[in-house]
Amino acid sequence: MTDKAQRHTTSGGGSFTGKPVDRVDGPIKVTGTATYAYEVAEGPPPAFGFVLGAGIAKGRILEIETGLAERTPGVLHVMTHLNAPPQPEFGPAVTPAVREVFTRARPVLRDNRIRYYDEPIALVVGETFEAARAAAALIKVRYEEAAGDFGLEERRQAAYAPQRTNAGFDTDSAVGDFDAAFSEAAVRIDMTYRTPYQHHNPMEPHATLAIWQGDDVTIHTSAQTLSNFRAGLAATLGVPLERVRVISRYIGGGFGSKLIVHADSVLAALAARILGRPVKVALTRQQMFANAGHRAEMLQNVRLGASPDGKLLALGHDVWSATSRIEEFCEQTAVFARSLYAAPSRLTRHRLVPVDLNRGEWMRSPGEAPGMLALECAMDELAERLGLDPIELRIRNEPDLDPERGVPFSTRNLVACMQEGARRFGWERRRSEPGRLREGRKLVGLGMAAAIRPNYMGAAAASVRIDAEGRVTARLDMTDIGTGTYTILTQIAADALGVPLAAVTIELGDTNFPLTAGSGGSWGAASAGTALLRACEALKRKIVTAARTRTGAPAQNPGTDDVTIVAGAVRLGDRPEGLAEFMRRVAPQGLDATGSVEAGANTESYRAFSQHSYGAHFAEVSVDCDTGEIRARRLLAVIGAGRILNAKTARSQILGGMTWGLGAALMEETVLDRRYGCFVNHDLAEYHLPVNSDVPDLEVVFIEENDDKANPFGAKGLGELGVCGAGAAIANAVYNATGVRVRDFPLTLDKVLPGLATVAL
Amino acid sequence: MQPFSYQRADTVKTAVAAVAGRPAARFIAGGTNLLDLMKLGIERPEHLVDIGRLPLDRIEPTGEGGLRVGAQVRNSDLAADPTVRSRYPALSQALLAGASGQIRNKASTGGNLLQRTRCPYFYDRNMPCNKREPGAGCAALRGFNRMHAVIGTSQACIAVHPSDMAVAMAVLDATVETVSPGGETRSIPIGDLYRLPGTTPHQETVLAHGEMITGVTLPPPPAGRQTYRKVRDRASYAFALVSVAAIIEVSGNRVRTARVALGGVAPKPWRALETESRLAGAALTDHVLTDAAEAAMAGAVGHGGNDFKIPLGKRTVRYTLASVAEQA
Repeated sequence: MTDKAQRHTTSGGGSFTGKPVDRVDGPIKVTGTATYAYEVAEGPPPAFGFVLGAGIAKGRILEIETGLAERTPGVLHVMTHLNAPPQPEFGPAVTPAVREVFTRARPVLRDNRIRYYDEPIALVVGETFEAARAAAALIKVRYEEAAGDFGLEERRQAAYAPQRTNAGFDTDSAVGDFDAAFSEAAVRIDMTYRTPYQHHNPMEPHATLAIWQGDDVTIHTSAQTLSNFRAGLAATLGVPLERVRVISRYIGGGFGSKLIVHADSVLAALAARILGRPVKVALTRQQMFANAGHRAEMLQNVRLGASPDGKLLALGHDVWSATSRIEEFCEQTAVFARSLYAAPSRLTRHRLVPVDLNRGEWMRSPGEAPGMLALECAMDELAERLGLDPIELRIRNEPDLDPERGVPFSTRNLVACMQEGARRFGWERRRSEPGRLREGRKLVGLGMAAAIRPNYMGAAAASVRIDAEGRVTARLDMTDIGTGTYTILTQIAADALGVPLAAVTIELGDTNFPLTAGSGGSWGAASAGTALLRACEALKRKIVTAARTRTGAPAQNPGTDDVTIVAGAVRLGDRPEGLAEFMRRVAPQGLDATGSVEAGANTESYRAFSQHSYGAHFAEVSVDCDTGEIRARRLLAVIGAGRILNAKTARSQILGGMTWGLGAALMEETVLDRRYGCFVNHDLAEYHLPVNSDVPDLEVVFIEENDDKANPFGAKGLGELGVCGAGAAIANAVYNATGVRVRDFPLTLDKVLPGLATVAL
Repeated sequence: MQPFSYQRADTVKTAVAAVAGRPAARFIAGGTNLLDLMKLGIERPEHLVDIGRLPLDRIEPTGEGGLRVGAQVRNSDLAADPTVRSRYPALSQALLAGASGQIRNKASTGGNLLQRTRCPYFYDRNMPCNKREPGAGCAALRGFNRMHAVIGTSQACIAVHPSDMAVAMAVLDATVETVSPGGETRSIPIGDLYRLPGTTPHQETVLAHGEMITGVTLPPPPAGRQTYRKVRDRASYAFALVSVAAIIEVSGNRVRTARVALGGVAPKPWRALETESRLAGAALTDHVLTDAAEAAMAGAVGHGGNDFKIPLGKRTVRYTLASVAEQA
């Protein structure tokens, strides 16, 4: 990788952090030479597993006839609940501690119960994938079917309050007397919004190659957080943690669907042990809809009470979400509303309705992605009711302190983002009265929304080594899920050690490396980056000490700046020396160091400050007068997320997030057939996400910011910020174009069309 | 996918004989639909006869001033053909509105005509589907039927024919040329190629087993302006919710002749003959256009999720006619 990176570096030395450095792993990815889990060629020739899923959503297997499959040429093994190795019970729907969600055993083929549609009921292993798949089709199953529950709206009376939301937030929050304040407010908005089931659909499906050597198993898989995978797998297999090694060097997207172990890894490991040879298992695209997590359907009631001059007096955000009966997942949908706007009386609540589906999982920007669709559209509705510009309404409700915690903000540039965005986007072109801007047979509208996303820091460690040639190698069990982690860590190490980018090799994705928090919650850069920075600083101290020791420089002045490393050269006094030459002379055995950082939640800075990234999204859409077809024309995001570590990869993250917002606003929905409990449109032809033609001119602007409370870089998490509010800006633009307010996402043309009947003719 | 044998055919004659001789044999060309269906176990051929390299890849003028399109002409090539672009623009537009660039590069003309429905219940073997398993029932009738047909359906099946190309060919009065196992050739007007589902939705066309499409003949384009308007949920790579192919010839303020075909609403490309006759000779007034659009969806029946296709169809016909007439 280092060789390839060389061609993309501009200069040796100087400051790389913040520069738009090309991805160091870019060339091997675009040339197809980066090896993903299913492509790893290691160990003896592998066998191929194919998963057979249940054809019902709830019930029991009465009989499963595998004889025909077993006798199929090329089939090596058929595993069902009748012959699968013992695994622990799945356990309760709610784990005692938050952390155990990530590490609990996740047995597959453990018993004859069917808990959700397409749940694995057999694994056929063959010499080829094709043989295994063909044989799987020959398995006959007789079920005893039970009635399942799948509805949300009509079952709201069955809702319960969970003990906590995802990420351990309080289920409810209340400040002041919401009911009184809301009922007394002069201007009130009381609206309910629906967001549908959604699926992550990373380009690389969930896939595993499992290789046993004695009692040790190596799992090549596609994982965001290796330690979780390792712990979950060890618990499922009933083996000690140290027997499991997980490797994920390259990952074709995760979006939160690869934070915990899934059936592919468990089944590959079980089968490989039985057969005594490596086994590969990948989920098909269709299987991923039931077996790789989803975002649940939700209903959100937003109640805003304001004074006539646009001061919020009461802010209420109630969420009802579907949740799996077998394992609870409560997306923190209303949590962001606790920090976004000032209002003396406040109420946020999360309630869950159990359904007979597989567990919901973390899906890009959990909480804000659905939650901001509701609140930021409600703010638009309130602005119109008040006769205020939507930006002005938000400015009038800008808090001085975090509205519920009462602590200061580390940095908060929401107003600056909105104002900068308005200037750049031509916001003055927007007509406050909807349906007034028309170009031929197109109605044109502009909309905006705020963005907010908490800044997290996970515990992480890193090791770094410099060898006799001056080459630097850093190791962490961190992952690069396509976000640019390899690249920013290269930049950080190069800057910290004063070496060119090409001198640095970052090795990620192996549980043999120091433990990190992995990729998730937009915390990877800060967590892994800080650990690596500290490791590099420790290494630098060792280099300096070695320099002094060898040259006899006075060791009693360790703080003096007589030794520097710049552009790959060590300067001792006034004598520069190439780093390689220096290392050969001074430390031919190389030097090693480690560094670490503790979880942000445990730090004083986290307790004392409200830490979030902010932004403002702007959208221009056109709506066809005749057909109601909605197309985005321009999107702009202005982002205040602390210091930007790599202007190029950061921009790419925001572009991706905006595209997610576009999908959520206009097209993404997995349809649940409540008669059968199955997701109907379970492939990428029928589950619509934006294709190139849907994505218009996107512009991303980062405003100058340095959050010294967050971490040594002054950077804040931004990967998921691009999603937050982006969809609401589009939905608000659709309203501005048409005067038709749709509160049922996604905004497909059939929902807009009835309202256009009179507008357009 | 169950194991199958494969042969590449050198001539039309051997290809037809190879399929005709085995009940579980199928032709394959681009494979853009058949392979997906095989992977899912919905199509289970034991033998594939690859006709993709037969010399049926020419686009040639006919003696009558029309165009003969070989069955193996790729969708991309047909869309880009200069004659098609200049004389049959509705066909070129329809092709480019379909699928994705990659799929159009593989998909053949004959295969496009014979592609199967995208009804998601047809694609899931756990679901009842009369088309996949006659007599099993139809999950779409009371299920997720937003994409389904509102015209020409039956209680047994409400699946829609997904092709864009076929809709343009229908408005152009194309005929489908075939060779049967006995060596006979026949020309089938495209409107007669497809069967309506009735009680036998598994029988989708009038072709016999082993009968192969060798080409499509387009008569000389009729006078008038052509267009293809596709309404869909995203800007590319989405099947039509409603599509309209129209050819309108206007003289002064009057329509001389009109042809209209609809896609996305029926089990086959649907010629709106009543619309055509109401337009012929009529003055181009709002009333006439609205009336013609109403006629296009006359008798349409929604099934819940696809009710919107009826007003959408009318609006799309109405404004497509208006825009074509305006530019004519």
